[in-house]
Amino acid sequence: MAIRQCAIYGKGGIGKSTTTQNLVAGLAELGMKVMIVGCDPKADSTRLILHAKAQNSIMEMAANAGSVEDLELEDVLKVGYRDIKCVESGGPEPGVGCAGRGVITAINFLEEEGAYTDDLDFVFYDVLGDVVCGGFAMPIRENKAQEIYIVCSGEMMAMYAANNIAKGIVKYASSGSVRLAGLICNSRNTAREDELIMELARQLGTQMIHFVPRDNVVQRAEIRRMTVIEYDPTAKQAQEYRDLAKKIIENKMFVIPKPITMEALEDLLMEFGLMDGEDESIIGKTAAEEAVA
Amino acid sequence: MTTMTHDETQALIQEVLEAYPEKAKKDRAKHLAVNDQSLEQSKKCIISNRKSLPGVMTVRGCAYAGSKGVVWGPIKDMIHLSHGPVGCGQYSRAGRRNYYVGHTGVNTFGTMNFTSDFQEKDIVFGGDKKLAKLIDEMNQLFPLAKGISVQSECPIGLIGDDIEAVSKKKGKELDKPIVPVRCEGFRGVSQSLGHHIANDAIRDWVIGNRDGDETFATTPYDVAVIGDYNIGGDAWASRILLEEMGLRVVAQWSGDGTLAEMELTPKVRLNLIHCYRSMNYISRHMEEKYGIPWMEYNFFGPTKIAESLRKIAAFFDETIQANAEKVIAKYEAEYQAIIAKYRPRLEGKRVMLYVGGLRPRHVIGAYEDLGMEVVGTGYEFAHNDDYDRTIKEMGNATLLYDDVTGYEFEEFVKKIKPDLIGSGIKEKYIFQKMGVPFRQMHSWDYSGPYHGYDGFAIFARDMDMTINNPCWKSMQAPWLKTADAESQTLAA
Repeated sequence: MAIRQCAIYGKGGIGKSTTTQNLVAGLAELGMKVMIVGCDPKADSTRLILHAKAQNSIMEMAANAGSVEDLELEDVLKVGYRDIKCVESGGPEPGVGCAGRGVITAINFLEEEGAYTDDLDFVFYDVLGDVVCGGFAMPIRENKAQEIYIVCSGEMMAMYAANNIAKGIVKYASSGSVRLAGLICNSRNTAREDELIMELARQLGTQMIHFVPRDNVVQRAEIRRMTVIEYDPTAKQAQEYRDLAKKIIENKMFVIPKPITMEALEDLLMEFGLMDGEDESIIGKTAAEEAVA
Repeated sequence: MTTMTHDETQALIQEVLEAYPEKAKKDRAKHLAVNDQSLEQSKKCIISNRKSLPGVMTVRGCAYAGSKGVVWGPIKDMIHLSHGPVGCGQYSRAGRRNYYVGHTGVNTFGTMNFTSDFQEKDIVFGGDKKLAKLIDEMNQLFPLAKGISVQSECPIGLIGDDIEAVSKKKGKELDKPIVPVRCEGFRGVSQSLGHHIANDAIRDWVIGNRDGDETFATTPYDVAVIGDYNIGGDAWASRILLEEMGLRVVAQWSGDGTLAEMELTPKVRLNLIHCYRSMNYISRHMEEKYGIPWMEYNFFGPTKIAESLRKIAAFFDETIQANAEKVIAKYEAEYQAIIAKYRPRLEGKRVMLYVGGLRPRHVIGAYEDLGMEVVGTGYEFAHNDDYDRTIKEMGNATLLYDDVTGYEFEEFVKKIKPDLIGSGIKEKYIFQKMGVPFRQMHSWDYSGPYHGYDGFAIFARDMDMTINNPCWKSMQAPWLKTADAESQTLAA
């Protein structure tokens, strides 16, 4: 079977890395061979699998060695929980250099060094929150990830971000085979969150593949640098991630999304009470001015 | 072919434009014009300093070329670091013939290539630390360097390196000017923006360095020569005339120039601008800040030289004015002899020019002194103030072409059939293969100087040996010759 390459996108801080690692643990438990490629200069996409803070990233190693050509695959490819392979692209501190170029360099390196072995069932790219430049779109360019999962929640900004990412997918879908494979709702316990995300998914032409409820066990596991499945396999939350993993294995719904307009998104938010109707009389009024009025 | 009328030239432009698709035709039409001396402003007939069309062959350079190659590069006692990947610096190394005196590698660095040789890791992690290290290394290896300029290549702007912060810190540490220049190649439409950016860097990091320092003894006759790049020794042939008329040349930019000269320029009485296009910005700045007047002068050919010497002298007292006349008189026999020798061989020859931002108008007078006529001219990277200055120099109904494309230039030459083309290395071999005599007017074809009276002698000789070279009669392979062509060749 061909490798299924999946990229996880979503607003910064939404829980992409946590969700990815937990669901990958679920896939591994089901006997799948998986590799995680962290595409974030913070290099924290694999720590729950490796029980390590931040592993040697490709770019950091390359900088020390002189150039990326001086690296061997085994220098950067680490194996963690249930033989999950882990690599991190790594990159600069915030505010210097070009992290996007780091992602491009790292993925090219993995391809050239033959990291994509035939025995793999899945490769997951965990990508920095905001697709700020071409480098962070690298995983969805041709011959890379073909399934995109967007992690979101019922919060307004998370949904804005999801819609924007859908726009990016449309751009690459027209020239390649990348498709939107679903929204993963990582619950923030907002009101009618599941309905809201299902409605957003429907309007985008995709599905909410799973609703991951909020559970403190995730944080307890994280403190121990572990996934929930490893830390407490009997926890209810572990079952949620297993369900998500199973749904991804069985997923057949790969679509070119239909991003919605700003108005449609605002209507949706208003319908679910996340946003008030526009009151033109308050636009541009400071608090002081409102107090006088 | 005899001289063309206004309508004939206009028809030629239309004919050449016909080959373009509609959109390109519309765009290029704005860059081609028939000269009309009655116009006061060029914007009525030509548009310039616009982005070149994709798909045409333009010979323009980039902002880095304008800053590192033109303005900063010739400052001989500074190190000019090509900051970024190795190619920009290495492929442009020593490509301009700006002569200088000094011991290269010891106290001058003109023909050397200094590069930060960016690698992938420098792009990803940023190059600021590397830059700081390089500055230390350069200072250690070349302690006589008076300063360092950091010439940004494209990636520096893309990854947002803070070269200003590094330059400031290192400048303080080493007590030498370290000048960051944001001349990334993708900025602007040609090298012209690079000139401007380089001028701004001089303004911000050099010009004010000796403000309030009165230790330099000035005279009422202090002038600065700005925008002479000393191609083949041009600036040297120019400054002797100024010195002979009693002026003191305090600074010479940037050909054979030094950092100290640039720093002293605000102390002079008059700024003399040769290349207006690349150095008008800093001249205007010094006029505003220090009240120093400036004027554009032209030392190509005796007519323009005399005109310029008198105009320069008019800024000074009667002694200088009398001296100017003496200088002109002193060289008269010399330049008349040159004209007497070469004019009969060159009379009536027609020239087409296509050069950078100054010579397309400045050399016209020198050709005219030899009895030649410039029938077409154009600039790579001029702005409309340059074309304003060109209209009066060119004859009516002559052809003007801005950022000319390879196709247009060839077609114009086929139709106009000039006796000589003066342009650059990229054009040279095409036209020579077409059998048209050609001189490089950027590099003087490894000859020069062409400025001043000394330069005029060399200019006249070079034009003669090119146009009247017997090789042009041997352009056709013998086996392709018909009896008819043979008799024609013999007649010519």
